[in-house]
Amino acid sequence: MHTKRIIPCLDVKDGRVVKGINFVDLKDAGDPVSVAKAYDEAGADEVVFLDITASSDNRDTVVDMVRAVAANVFIPFTVGGGIRTVEDFKLLLREGADKISINSSAIDNPNLISEAASQFGSQCVVVAIDAKRRDDGGWNIYKHGGRIDCGIDAVNWAIEAEKRGAGEILLTSMDCDGTKAGYDIKLTKAISDAVSIPVIASGGAGLKEHFYDALTIGGAEAALAASLFHYKELEISELKEYLRDRDVPVRL
Amino acid sequence: MVAIIDYNAGNLKSVQKAFDYIGKKAICTRDYHDILNADRVVLPGVGSFEYAINELRKYELDKAIYEVCEKNIPFLGVCLGLQLLFERSMESPDVKGLSLLEGEIVRFPDDNNLKVPHIGWNSLELHNDGRLFRGIDDGAFVYFVHSYYLRARNEEIVTASCDYGVNVHASIEKDNIFACQFHPEKSSTIGLKILENFTEI
Repeated sequence: MHTKRIIPCLDVKDGRVVKGINFVDLKDAGDPVSVAKAYDEAGADEVVFLDITASSDNRDTVVDMVRAVAANVFIPFTVGGGIRTVEDFKLLLREGADKISINSSAIDNPNLISEAASQFGSQCVVVAIDAKRRDDGGWNIYKHGGRIDCGIDAVNWAIEAEKRGAGEILLTSMDCDGTKAGYDIKLTKAISDAVSIPVIASGGAGLKEHFYDALTIGGAEAALAASLFHYKELEISELKEYLRDRDVPVRL
Repeated sequence: MVAIIDYNAGNLKSVQKAFDYIGKKAICTRDYHDILNADRVVLPGVGSFEYAINELRKYELDKAIYEVCEKNIPFLGVCLGLQLLFERSMESPDVKGLSLLEGEIVRFPDDNNLKVPHIGWNSLELHNDGRLFRGIDDGAFVYFVHSYYLRARNEEIVTASCDYGVNVHASIEKDNIFACQFHPEKSSTIGLKILENFTEI
């Protein structure tokens, strides 16, 4: 039985987890290893680390973090944020990251997708898309943390990313992100229908039903959330039991 | 000691770290003597079939692998490391696999409405009393990432399978040769148990 995935996303700055993780039993909520371990035990299927350090001269801290996580946590993890070159891919994959997520750098240089895929395999190339609704009902992609409208249609970009060898799409709705009003199901479905690679829905999760909708109507293979899990507003095990009871296959 | 064959594959260190974690010393090496003197040998791998085969041949690691098998040293292929053991792959029709086992690697059909690559946790159906799966229940979940899958000629070597629109041969065992299409090093406690079982064979 193939299962749908539930993925907590952790923001990391200078090698430390930020955004107040609220695991009661955690001695050091900023330590990426402790947090990832706790999520493994809580039933997370993967973990995403998003490096939000503004400058790019902290490559070493990220590499150190990847090395430490890989030595102690044995579920897949993705690293994203500030990855610009095939060399960056190599460095992080070699230390034990399973997948690398790229966003702005893929838009600026789509060849990065193809080059990384041909060198390391599609399975480790995740193209992250930040999409925002247009007046005509479609979506445009944004770069640099959602600051710049690229004027490119999100569905077309997803198709292009797949063609170039992306193995997965991490799709964030900028309209829904932070609202806790639910994922953008229309967007998720539009992208999921357009590509044959898995889509991870992101942005807007607030209730168990939202996950159900994204994984069924939206056609997503995985659903990602951050604060909802970090602040224990929702336990992963409880969410998975809910999904299982509604015939969504999950690992329990 | 476990020798992990180093041919520039991406996931070497993850495999090494998993062995370290369960208290079994592992080294990444392409040295012929290190490999032949190890008490366990692992062939990891992600990426393309052709690239991997060419790298193995470049460093004459194919020969080392044949000798490991002749000497009956327990050998474990992981992911692409499983695929390389067979005769051919649809991914790279022009190159020959190591052909230690009979069977071929085929692409998931496009028309079965399932996403390719097959990424995620899938439950195993266990067969033929595989030694890697001692103490592991039928239905246990492990982590997969692949676009091509094994069709072994002889189903008697298949010790685990899973369903992804098609029946995927997920693990095999023949004499001293073991292999998993999934990633034990990324399959949490179940995966670590599988690696532990391998070290205890």
